[in-house]
Amino acid sequence: MLSIRRIHSIVQKELKQLSRDRMTFGMVVMIPLVQLLLFGYAINTDVRHIPVGIVDLSGSAVARVITQAVTATQVVEIKHHYTTPKEAEQAIVRGEIRAALIYPADLSKRLVGENVLAQWVVDASDTMVSSAILQLRQMPLDQIIVDPKLHRVTHKPNFEVALFFNPTRRSAVNIVPGLSAVILTMTMILFTSTAIVRERERGNLELLITTPIKPLELMIGKIVPYIFIGLLQVSIILLLGNLVFDVPINGSLFHVYAATLLFIAASLTLGLIISTIAKTQLQAMQMTVFVLLPSILLSGFMFPYEAMPKLAQNIAEMLPATHYMRMIRAVVLRGAEVQVLVYDSLWLIGFSILGIVLAAFRFSKRLD
Amino acid sequence: MNSQSGMAIKAEGLTRKFGNFVAVDSIDLNVPKATIYGFLGPNGCGKSTTIRMLCGLLSVSAGRAEVLGLDVSKSAEQLRTRIGYMTQKFSLYEDLTTEENLQFMGQVYSLGAGKLRRRISQLLDTYSLFKLKDRRAGSMSGGQRQRLALAAATLHEPDLLFLDEPTSAVDPENRREFWEKLFDLCDQGTSILVSTHYMDEAERCHRLAILESGQLRAEGEPLVLMEQMGAHVIELEAENLRVLKTRLLDIDKIKSAAQQGLRLRVLVDRSIENPVTYIQQALGSSLTCNVVHPSLEDVFVTVTNGERQ
Ligand SMILES: Nc1ncnc2c1ncn2[C@@H]1O[C@H](COP(=O)(O)OP(=O)(O)O)[C@@H](O)[C@H]1O
Ligand SMILES: [Mg+2]
Repeated sequence: MLSIRRIHSIVQKELKQLSRDRMTFGMVVMIPLVQLLLFGYAINTDVRHIPVGIVDLSGSAVARVITQAVTATQVVEIKHHYTTPKEAEQAIVRGEIRAALIYPADLSKRLVGENVLAQWVVDASDTMVSSAILQLRQMPLDQIIVDPKLHRVTHKPNFEVALFFNPTRRSAVNIVPGLSAVILTMTMILFTSTAIVRERERGNLELLITTPIKPLELMIGKIVPYIFIGLLQVSIILLLGNLVFDVPINGSLFHVYAATLLFIAASLTLGLIISTIAKTQLQAMQMTVFVLLPSILLSGFMFPYEAMPKLAQNIAEMLPATHYMRMIRAVVLRGAEVQVLVYDSLWLIGFSILGIVLAAFRFSKRLD
Repeated sequence: MNSQSGMAIKAEGLTRKFGNFVAVDSIDLNVPKATIYGFLGPNGCGKSTTIRMLCGLLSVSAGRAEVLGLDVSKSAEQLRTRIGYMTQKFSLYEDLTTEENLQFMGQVYSLGAGKLRRRISQLLDTYSLFKLKDRRAGSMSGGQRQRLALAAATLHEPDLLFLDEPTSAVDPENRREFWEKLFDLCDQGTSILVSTHYMDEAERCHRLAILESGQLRAEGEPLVLMEQMGAHVIELEAENLRVLKTRLLDIDKIKSAAQQGLRLRVLVDRSIENPVTYIQQALGSSLTCNVVHPSLEDVFVTVTNGERQ
C-alpha cells in the first residue's frame, strides 16, 4: 500500500527546497519568458512592416482600395506618398524605403484585360524582403476590387476576401504553442533528472533509503511539485503569446491543460528514469540534452513532421514532445478537443505509466 | 528466537566484496541487546561497509546476519522501522531547518501528527536544539548537526541504533556530552552499535570489536581485552630515546615501541616471563623500567600487529 502521507511529505519537502533554491526558482519563470521572446521576436521568419512608398499616377479609387488591401497584410508599412517614380527610386537608394508601389495613369483601363495592374520597385539586396514582396503578387486583386461603382472583374463571391487576408497568418502562431512543448521538455526533464542524483550526491539518499519509504512513493512525491511548475510555465507561454504575439487560444483552456498534463507526466517520468541511471548531476544534464535536441529538431517544432524522412519520423514518434506538439497545436490553433487526439493522448498516458513503473523498479533501496 | 538469546545482532561469516577487493572478510558478531557495542578500527577497515550490510543497504556477498531476529537479506524492509541509522556524512537536508528535517523524517516513518509533535518537542529539549529550531542545517556547526542527526535517528524510537563515526566532526567537550546521551538511550533499552577510531570512545563501550583490513582482530569487553592482552607494557625512562627505540625494534619479541613525551612505551610478547630483565639484558641494566597497565591503544597495537613505530 502506498502511503499518501509519505508522498505528501516528499512533495512538501521538495517544494520547500525549491522555494529556497533561488536560482532554480528563477529559471522556472525565466526560461519560458526568455525563450518566448527570443523565438517570437528574433527568430520570426515572417517579414513584416517593410517600409514602402506609394506612387499613384492614376489618382483613382481602385488604387486606394488596393493600397488599403496591401496595408492590411501588414507585410508592408506605407511611409510616404511620392508624386513620381523617380522620387520613389531615390528614396529607395537613400534607404528610406525598401520598395515602392507604382500605379500607372491608366490603372482603371487596365482592369479590363490587362494582367499587370501596378508595379513594385524593390530593393532586392535583402532576399527576405524581396521574397516577402514577391509573395504580395499572389494577392487576389480581382477579389479586392468589389466596389460596386467600379468594374466587376470577377464572379467569385466577395466573402472569400477575408480568408486571403487573414492577418494572423504569421509563424508566431505556430511557434508559441510549439514552444511550450520545447520548454516543458527542457525544464521538466532537467528538474527531475537531477532530482534523485542530487540526493545521492549530497548524501541524503543513504539516509532516505534506510527509512520505510517505498520507491514508488518517492518517485510520485518527486514529480508532483513539478506538475504545478509545468502548468505555470505553459500558462506564462500562452498568456504572453496571446498578449504579445496575438496568438489566439481557439480550443478550451480545459483541453489545453489536459493535453499539457499528459505531456508533463510523460516528461517527468522520462526525467526520473534518467535520474535512476545517471551517477552524477552532470551525467543527468548530458542525458537531458540528448533527449532535448531531437525534441526540438524532430518533433515538428522546427520542420514540418510530414516533410521529414521516414527514419526521422520514426525517431520522432518515440519522443513525447512530438505527440504533445501535435495535440497542443491542434487544441490551441484549431480548437480540437483532446478526445479527438485519442492516439496521442493514449501514447502519452502509456508512456507515463510505463515510465514511472520502470523508474521505481530501477530505483533500488540499496547502495550496490 | 533471538529475543531469547538476547542478541540484537548476530552475524556469521559476514563478507562483502567490491569486485575482487574484500572489504569485509568473514566477520562473526554477537551484539547483546541494550548495550553500547563499539567498532574500533582505522579508516578503510570496513566499519561503514559492515554497518551498511547490517542496515540492509548493501547486499551481503557471503555469510549471513540477523538483526533483531530478522535476516537482513530477506527482511530489510521490515527492519526499517525498528532501526535508526546515523550516517558517517551528515545526510539530513541542509536547506531545511532543524524542525523541518525532523518533521519530514517523522512523516516518512509514518508517525501520527500528535505523536510527531510530542516527539519533536521532546527531542528539541533532550538534544538542546530548541534555539536552533528554525536554523537551516547547512548553517550549523559540526556538534549541532550531530545532535540533530541523532535526534532524527531516534525520532521513531528504534530498538537498535547504528552510529557511524558520530563524533568525527565534533570537539572533545561535545563528544563527552554526546556519550552521555548515548548512555541515556542505552539505559532506556536501546541497543547501540557505534563505530569510531578514537581510543577513549572505544573504552566507554560495553563491548568492542577491533577491525583491521576487513577482519575481526579482537572482540570483548574493553577491560578484559586489556587484561588478556598478549603483551606486557613497559615504560622506559632514559636519555636519547630515539636511539633506544631503533635498537628495541630490532629485537624479535618486542612488538612495538612508541615515544610518549619523556618515556618510551614498549610492548613485550607474553611469552617472555620477565620483561623488565629481558629489556635490561638487551639494553643495559642501568635503565629505569616499570611495568604499567595496558591501555586500549596497547591492545589495538598488539592485535593489529601495529605498524612498529
Ligand atoms: N562502493 C564501494 N566500492 C568499492 N570499494 C568500496 C566501496 N565502499 C567501500 N569500499 C572500500 O572498502 C573498504 C572499507 O571501506 P569502509 O567500510 O568505508 O571503511 P571505514 O568505514 O572503516 O573507514 C575501503 O578500502 C573502501 O575503499
Ligand atoms: Mg566509514
